[in-house]
Amino acid sequence: MKEILTGNEAIARGAYEAGCQVATAYPGTPSTEILENISSYKEIYSQWSVNEKVALEVAGGAAIAGAKALCAMKHVGLNVAADPLFTLAYTGINGGLVVVTADDPGLHSSQNEQDNRYYALHAKVPMIEPSDSQECLDYIKYAFKLSEEYDLPVLFRVTTRVCHSKSLVTVGSRQEVGVKEYKKDVKKYCMIPGFAKMRHPVLEEKLKKLREYSNESHLNQIIWGRKGVGIITSGISYQHAREIMGDDASYLKLGLTFPLPEKLVREFAQSVEKLYVIEENEPYIETFVRTLGISCIGKDVLPICGELNPEIIQKVLAPEKARKTYTVDVQVPSRPPVLCAGCPHRGVFYPLGKYKDAVITGDIGCYSLGILPPLNATDTLICMGAGISAGIGFEKAFMQANKDTKVFGVMGDSTFFHSGITSLIDAVYNKSKLAVIILDNRTTAMTGHQENPGTGKTLSGDVSPVIDIKEIVKAVGVKPENIVVVDPYDLVQTQEAVKQAYEAVEPFVIIAKRPCALLKNTSKPRANSKCTINQAKCTKCKLCLRLGCPAIAFKNDVMVIDEAACNGCTLCIQVCKTGAVERMCK
Amino acid sequence: MTKSLLLAGVGGQGTILASKILAEGLIRLGYDVKMSEIHGMAQRGGSVNTQLRFGKKVYSPMIGSGEADLLLAFEKIEAVRYINYLRPGGILIVNDYEIYSTTVLTGQEKYPDDVLDKLKHSVENTIVINAAQIAGNLGNIRAHNMVLLGAAVKQLGIMNVNWQDIIKAYLPEKFHEVNLKAFEEGTKQPKL
Repeated sequence: MKEILTGNEAIARGAYEAGCQVATAYPGTPSTEILENISSYKEIYSQWSVNEKVALEVAGGAAIAGAKALCAMKHVGLNVAADPLFTLAYTGINGGLVVVTADDPGLHSSQNEQDNRYYALHAKVPMIEPSDSQECLDYIKYAFKLSEEYDLPVLFRVTTRVCHSKSLVTVGSRQEVGVKEYKKDVKKYCMIPGFAKMRHPVLEEKLKKLREYSNESHLNQIIWGRKGVGIITSGISYQHAREIMGDDASYLKLGLTFPLPEKLVREFAQSVEKLYVIEENEPYIETFVRTLGISCIGKDVLPICGELNPEIIQKVLAPEKARKTYTVDVQVPSRPPVLCAGCPHRGVFYPLGKYKDAVITGDIGCYSLGILPPLNATDTLICMGAGISAGIGFEKAFMQANKDTKVFGVMGDSTFFHSGITSLIDAVYNKSKLAVIILDNRTTAMTGHQENPGTGKTLSGDVSPVIDIKEIVKAVGVKPENIVVVDPYDLVQTQEAVKQAYEAVEPFVIIAKRPCALLKNTSKPRANSKCTINQAKCTKCKLCLRLGCPAIAFKNDVMVIDEAACNGCTLCIQVCKTGAVERMCK
Repeated sequence: MTKSLLLAGVGGQGTILASKILAEGLIRLGYDVKMSEIHGMAQRGGSVNTQLRFGKKVYSPMIGSGEADLLLAFEKIEAVRYINYLRPGGILIVNDYEIYSTTVLTGQEKYPDDVLDKLKHSVENTIVINAAQIAGNLGNIRAHNMVLLGAAVKQLGIMNVNWQDIIKAYLPEKFHEVNLKAFEEGTKQPKL
């Protein structure tokens, strides 16, 4: 019986069937559902870690201890986890370790479109790339075997279209393997310089074997069609290319993409007339082919930026197949994502946006939606943690310029646990005047409401200690009088706290605490707070529109609140100067 | 011959659920099915689309311009946004429903007022359904995705599946009745 699964579901299933025992991750699109699905298999211990570095260290430790371990993250997460990855390649991994990196060509939900295939090359670990859900399942099992056989972590590289596309999969059953024995071996696992020096040649020896093996692996295969055009490709690009060219071309389909198979590439190149390399983003395979002295067509005709699709490939390989379509003469308004109706972040951004002279350094999360009009309440967004640390930098630069511009650093609760705590210590230690706002919405909202150390629950739903953000802030040295906890649904209280923070000359922290409006147990009790507009009192001043709430509209010359969309935050009641906004239930 | 369907709407309208049910039905008919959707930022009231392809053997999950046999638009402006995906002679089913984006709400952009006329003028096979009103009359406006699903199933000529069975499997029991009725209303649209 075949099932239709996303790539992420298939990866989870594959890990289960492979006998995986420990799985870790920090949520991040497009990788999040891997661990969410793994957590449904009770045979696997799974956890959300506070960040990707911790996740990989936990998985790496588990693997050395003898377990089959998996660690998943989005592409930028591997930047955070790079430190353990490079050294785990030296130590090796006793039980087996697969590191899933979910890249995001096209930046559907990311701050860059880095190509993590280079991490395999850089960290010297084998890399596997599936092209659909069946391969996600099969190749994960293969990855565990390869990892164990070569005593190396294996990088499993997927992309958004593989993670989130669904295709039919034949599932199998779990192979129960048991945790391998752990033997203390300091020369292998303690990477002091003297021992690490001995492990580096061991790694080089493994890579030499893998380079040969890559030519024989069934993951790297030639699919013969007509030989006028030959295409070397991997991942989703293979599916796009095959869709367009069918049997009119031959394919060297690569699944084991580090080390790349030299002999196979030479054999294929010699057998075809015109050689193309089709891959998303960077010329990773193309560069390899060229270093072999083989000429090919690649990024000279295909884009480096953005995601590939069949149409782009068609324009290059089969322009005669271009299709006609319709056009409609209508100016289409854009539809950017917005902070939801009732989002507690709005209660912070609205008063914050009034300090036009202040700089606001933002971070990764739903609150990145406060960047756009009408809130306009962010200056920078770089990476997890920079909401605080980049703010310190701004403040120090302004100090050097003899300016006293106020700097606010903004980040969410999960991001604070991820990499905000160290930044806050830096602010206190270096006597920064930064004002920090922690948007504590009691969940990891952007990726779809995952638990975090502040929610009191683990990935598997077990109750765990609630890590108190206020106590952390206090413990790192922010003075108690400079810490304020507010309810962002209370505009007066929040405005007052922002004013206090603006005037502070020491590190100041506001914790805006209010659960995400979309969490089921918070949205239900607020149903009786839904708002409506009393047209008799409304002067159409449109002040409420400045909240940027998607439930409030100016339609047919009247202000209206969409009852179905309203989540009852009552901010519009609080900003209305004529008392025209009322609660539906009084 | 691979067929391509594009479902377009606004985050929260239930496009993904409709496409899941559609995919399940197509699998029951014995097709190879691939489906592609984008999660993440798109959920926050942004424009969302699901691409669904089926046939004997499907390779790419993505649809190119001029390739969709059917465009199922859950909102008027989303029909226009994705119209270039429709192949000549393809069918457009559009919900007579408006959702203002923030750029329109805040007056930065205007919501055009003659969208349906222009769509009908350009696309010969256009079906307009007031799915929101139909679902609203049945007692739950949220079921408008099932009205649209019903209409799509009818136009695709794939009524020979136990859709009721699949809809029930994907929804909690208390919503069965209204959604099944909504689906049935959708299938009452005459086939082009």
